[in-house]
Amino acid sequence: MTTTPTRRRTVSPADAARIPQRGGHKWGYWLYFIPGLLLMAAIIFYPIVRNVRLSFFHWRGGRAEEQFAGLENWTALFQDHEFLQSFQNIFLVIIAMVIVPTLLGLVIAALLFDVVGRRFGGKLSSFLRATYYIPQILPIAVAGVLFGWLLKPNSDGVVNQFLTTITGDEVTINWLGGSYGTAMASVMVLMIWIQIGYPIVIFMAALQRVDPELYEASELDGANWFERFRAITLPMIRPEVFVVSLTTTIAALKVFAPVFILTQGGPNKSTYVPSFYAYNEFINGQDKGYAATIATAVTIVVFIVAVIFIRVQSRAERKDA
Amino acid sequence: MTDVTQASAAAKPRRKANPDPTSRNKARPRTAAEWILMVLAVLGALVIIFPVLLLLMNAFKSPTDYANSSPLDFPEALDFTGIQTFWEQQNFPRALWNSIFISTLVAVFAVILSVLNSFAIGIGRVKGRTWIVLLFLMANLVPQEMLFDPLFQLYDDLGLLSNPWSVIITFTVIQAAFGTYLLSSLLGTFPKEILEAAAMDGATRWRSLRSVIVPVIKPTLSVLMVFFFIWTWNEFLLPLAFLNSPDSLTVPLILEQLNGERQTDTTTLVAGTLISIIPTIIFFLIFQRTLTRGITAGAVK
Repeated sequence: MTTTPTRRRTVSPADAARIPQRGGHKWGYWLYFIPGLLLMAAIIFYPIVRNVRLSFFHWRGGRAEEQFAGLENWTALFQDHEFLQSFQNIFLVIIAMVIVPTLLGLVIAALLFDVVGRRFGGKLSSFLRATYYIPQILPIAVAGVLFGWLLKPNSDGVVNQFLTTITGDEVTINWLGGSYGTAMASVMVLMIWIQIGYPIVIFMAALQRVDPELYEASELDGANWFERFRAITLPMIRPEVFVVSLTTTIAALKVFAPVFILTQGGPNKSTYVPSFYAYNEFINGQDKGYAATIATAVTIVVFIVAVIFIRVQSRAERKDA
Repeated sequence: MTDVTQASAAAKPRRKANPDPTSRNKARPRTAAEWILMVLAVLGALVIIFPVLLLLMNAFKSPTDYANSSPLDFPEALDFTGIQTFWEQQNFPRALWNSIFISTLVAVFAVILSVLNSFAIGIGRVKGRTWIVLLFLMANLVPQEMLFDPLFQLYDDLGLLSNPWSVIITFTVIQAAFGTYLLSSLLGTFPKEILEAAAMDGATRWRSLRSVIVPVIKPTLSVLMVFFFIWTWNEFLLPLAFLNSPDSLTVPLILEQLNGERQTDTTTLVAGTLISIIPTIIFFLIFQRTLTRGITAGAVK
């Protein structure tokens, strides 16, 4: 990408690079797949096959016998209150990891690029971009512990002390253990905090692609900042908006660490997400077959979402071409 | 996504014709609205960094100082009890070493594996390559709880539990999925004149890969390596499952363990959180440019 930007244009996919065949056969290339495919088979495909199979059995784990269960696990899944609750929470997670960061990211990136970068200097805008990006590089577990400290219950909590100072009244909210509302909101704030830097960096890089003369011309025409944002910025960086929402949606479906660290699924299992539920069932549950069913269900949903996105993307590309 | 690269390539020459597009703009005085928007952007950044600043203000307080002051106060005096307790009791140096060891090896192995896979896909253009890329991508898509139990039993049978190699092998495969995806499209547009010239000089495929292709795509490979390192460093679920002995824990794991213990002193926890952040911050400062380049490469392949 960085090495051959000028050549890329001239090479069409049809006559792309290939080492001229002389003596060597094309199947010789398959040899290069051997390490990759062997490892994939052991680390990825074996667990998938095993768990899909296990979802049709009851199994206590260890040396216990597996008992064929047919579709029992699957029918139980759709009547399982905790499972349905965990999927419901995923919609809130998508709001916190996809929708809010993408929308805020669009506004902040345009602000940093268009106003701060062009009118106050590139140094300040890169510095601010780096600041917004810092939560992205922290280990999520560490970020979780940090928020756990801020949100401690009663008068120990930093947030509670802060609110006490502001309001003048003693504030003793049990953020993480008190109620579903505050616990889920806390998890969501942590997710927004972690995610916000990712769209900002990508959108700002995309904006560099936009011809500055376009902005200048529209400025001369008397377009204000918001009009320029809607007419130029948004259409130009649509591919990046798409990629960001794809990757973060998949990350949202698989989310685990923020819930594990902050709430452990509590209070009363209300902040369960599917990953945490499956993990918990594998470790503490009675039936690994049921745990495998939850994990398989999540995997199916992730794959479906990925396929839909890939389809939409290739259709959009064909339309553009 | 080729239209994106074309657009950027097309935009470049025009930008050169007008080397400093901002110069004309700067001549115009900044308006009040622009000042307000700038202040808003700075305030937003302050909100984001505020939790880290709070850590910094509280990590150096003695336990009594912490108990008697508000978290928003500066420490009375610099006190290193919390940091010292965390460093010694939790064996932080050992965890730091484990994290560095695991992340470095994963970064190196995953890049090698990505190059091998994408060589056959991008240069070899083997039949069904779109499907093969998707097949490899599954490693990146599959939720980790799907892998956790079967791999736990596999590594148990092999005697690899609480051994860094269980994590190294697993994440080499998972990270290489993304590398294969990215490098395949990059190698698909590799200039064919270079390869033809190498073949004319009698280079075999393996030799072309090693002495021609890898040197040319080196900048991208180093970006990938930095990313694989950070991603592996930050991993949580599978290391939590595979690494159980006190000696085998990584940095996120010791912090999580400390957080779970009821009798943990708050100053120790705050100091521990700060120390756990420092390696990533240092890494970020060193590789900031590479990172920004890499995030973009990942988005618009």
